[in-house]
Amino acid sequence: MQQPVKKNVRFYSRWFRRGAVSEAHGEYLERIRKREMLIVSYQVLIGLMFLVFWEVGARVGWIDPFITSQPSKVVDTIVGLFHSGKLWIHIWTTVWETTVGFILGTVGGSLIAVLLWWSKWVADILEPYIVILNSVPKVALGPVFIVWLGSGTPAILMMALSISVIVTVMMVFNGFNEVNPDTIKLMQSFGATRQQILTKVVLPATFPTMIAALKVNLGLSLVGTIVGEFLVSKEGLGYLIVYGGQVFNMSLVMASVIILCIVAALLYYAVTVLEKRLIHWK
Amino acid sequence: MDKVTLVGVYMTYVNKSGEIPALADVHLNVKAEEFVSLLGPSGCGKSTVLSLIAGMLRPTRGQILIDGEPVAGTSPKVGYMLQHDHLLEWRNIRHNVYLGLEVRGLADKEHCRHADELLIRYGLGGFMNRYPSELSGGMRQRAALARTLALEPEVVLLDEPFSALDYQTRLLLEEEVATILKQERKTVILVTHDIAEAIAMSDRIIVLSARPGTVKAEYTIKLSGKNDSPFAARQAPEFREYFREIWSVLEESHAAAR
Repeated sequence: MQQPVKKNVRFYSRWFRRGAVSEAHGEYLERIRKREMLIVSYQVLIGLMFLVFWEVGARVGWIDPFITSQPSKVVDTIVGLFHSGKLWIHIWTTVWETTVGFILGTVGGSLIAVLLWWSKWVADILEPYIVILNSVPKVALGPVFIVWLGSGTPAILMMALSISVIVTVMMVFNGFNEVNPDTIKLMQSFGATRQQILTKVVLPATFPTMIAALKVNLGLSLVGTIVGEFLVSKEGLGYLIVYGGQVFNMSLVMASVIILCIVAALLYYAVTVLEKRLIHWK
Repeated sequence: MDKVTLVGVYMTYVNKSGEIPALADVHLNVKAEEFVSLLGPSGCGKSTVLSLIAGMLRPTRGQILIDGEPVAGTSPKVGYMLQHDHLLEWRNIRHNVYLGLEVRGLADKEHCRHADELLIRYGLGGFMNRYPSELSGGMRQRAALARTLALEPEVVLLDEPFSALDYQTRLLLEEEVATILKQERKTVILVTHDIAEAIAMSDRIIVLSARPGTVKAEYTIKLSGKNDSPFAARQAPEFREYFREIWSVLEESHAAAR
């Protein structure tokens, strides 16, 4: 049974239907906006339920807070770190090590890719080595870097760099090879040199791939940095996590992991903003 | 004197499994300001002829002359238009049109102003600062034409430049391009497999055989009341006769190719 259209729609409908150009458009807007709102609500709800069970469970004794910590203690720990003034030092150390690592990885990897593109000869010769290096778990090289570079920041940066550079080479080089050969033919018909083809077509065409590599490298460099900090450092979030584990201070471990999640999300967001700024033609 | 001449041109591609003869003993003369179309079954080496004239390939044997001089590499006298517009999506239309000028080191005020004028003349004046993704297929191909003509070539090579467009856009663009190239008094060589397009646009049609391509037939197109308009040409009484004849010749090559 079709209900007669009520003139007086519920008060929130008007808000859901803002900007509608017609009745049908309004109903459509209301439907999709309600759906969006429900999805966000569930997302928040799951997070809240997790926190509530964690906290209540620890208090009631379902789980052992000595092993799992609990949200209130995590918050206390973060506040404590903040007041001691050490919070920013640790965050900053990890952020800059990661940033330097993934920028070096992306730039270095792209430069190597340019070399491979420039000389098919070199590319063909190096191919098996690149494949091998790509499949080596770079974390396994940690001790090597420490022996070579000393137990300090350079070894950490090297971890962050090594973990991202080979992936970048492969991604960017593939991107170079995917440039339409006819576009290159067009350039050649103008009498373009290889350098002109590189700077005017191949590099700009692969720019979105490089940004994509930047995103991948962000995650990888973070892994490299944290593992590096596990092994050698005296500060940084990786150091906090390992230190907390060693002294069985699980609140410190959990607090550090949560801060790490937030830092990772913010860095990723920053790269996304950068991407929108730089790729303006789409 | 002929503008473009091919004398006994052979072209053979080599790959791992052996040799592929693409062209065999091709002779061709194109007069200045003439519009010549190359028709032939696919894979007959039509595009190879253009790449040879553009100086992007060297013939295995034979000679290619422009204004009586042998072709040695790409030349500013020759402009090449490909099937797709290949506009660079990160450059706006104006800077896409400057691309050839930049490559040739001619991107000075005078040449750029000329390029802008071409864009305005081709109805793209309002789109100079837009990006290619914002333009229709026909507009994009007109921008590509402006990019080619900004270099003021004397010979324009068209490699199926309309084949990626929908039928209506295609007819309109044929009309525009033919008019522009006639006005600018260019020598044009068009590669196509659309017989009607060839008849409507050309002064002369060369039919190539199946691979290895060689000149199989030649038609000088004379249509009553043509007035250089491809659209009007399609209405001419002789049009169907030409079509029928070329069709039968092409069909033979086609059968041979299979």
